[in-house]
Amino acid sequence: MAVLTEDVRSKVQEEFKELPGNVKLVVFTQEFECDNCHKNTSFAQEVATLSDQVSIEVNDFVLDKEAVEHYGVDKIPAIAVEGEKDYGVRFYGVPAGYEFTSLIEAIKAVSAGGSGLAARTKETLGELKDPLHLQVFVTPT
Amino acid sequence: MVRADMVEGTEFPHLIVKYHVFGVPKTVVNEEVHIEGAQPEPLFLAQVMRATAKQKR
Repeated sequence: MAVLTEDVRSKVQEEFKELPGNVKLVVFTQEFECDNCHKNTSFAQEVATLSDQVSIEVNDFVLDKEAVEHYGVDKIPAIAVEGEKDYGVRFYGVPAGYEFTSLIEAIKAVSAGGSGLAARTKETLGELKDPLHLQVFVTPT
Repeated sequence: MVRADMVEGTEFPHLIVKYHVFGVPKTVVNEEVHIEGAQPEPLFLAQVMRATAKQKR
């Protein structure tokens, strides 16, 4: 059952035509005690159908321990958006509603390997020497 | 090493409680410093840099 409307599908397909590089949606899920896990996996699968350059890899949070550790995933459902390298972009919870745009923008940015941030911002961030963990809390609207 | 997470509140209510999230968006930097609301890029950057500097002391 498709989650995205035909209208949204064609709009995103159009945006994805310009994707310069391949993107992998690394999904973390589990079979039990996670109401939205199946929904999140289906959702990611659907997004992956919108471009040949977007692929999907599904990992079990309990069984695929190596992947869980590699991507540093500590809760599910989760999607890591990875391009040529892992830029540390994670979506925890189903990225529906307003966050759908964030997911699409993340795919585009990761594909380009560029953040679209101002030069001054990149310069300042370049001075960072310690790990940085940003968690942005949102609600579905 | 940078990690940037979107965390959907209704999925993880214990985090909403842990970080005292009363309104969204709310950004938590290194599990400690809170930035309320959406910020223009330079302002957001300044707050992130201030948070990391503060944590070093």
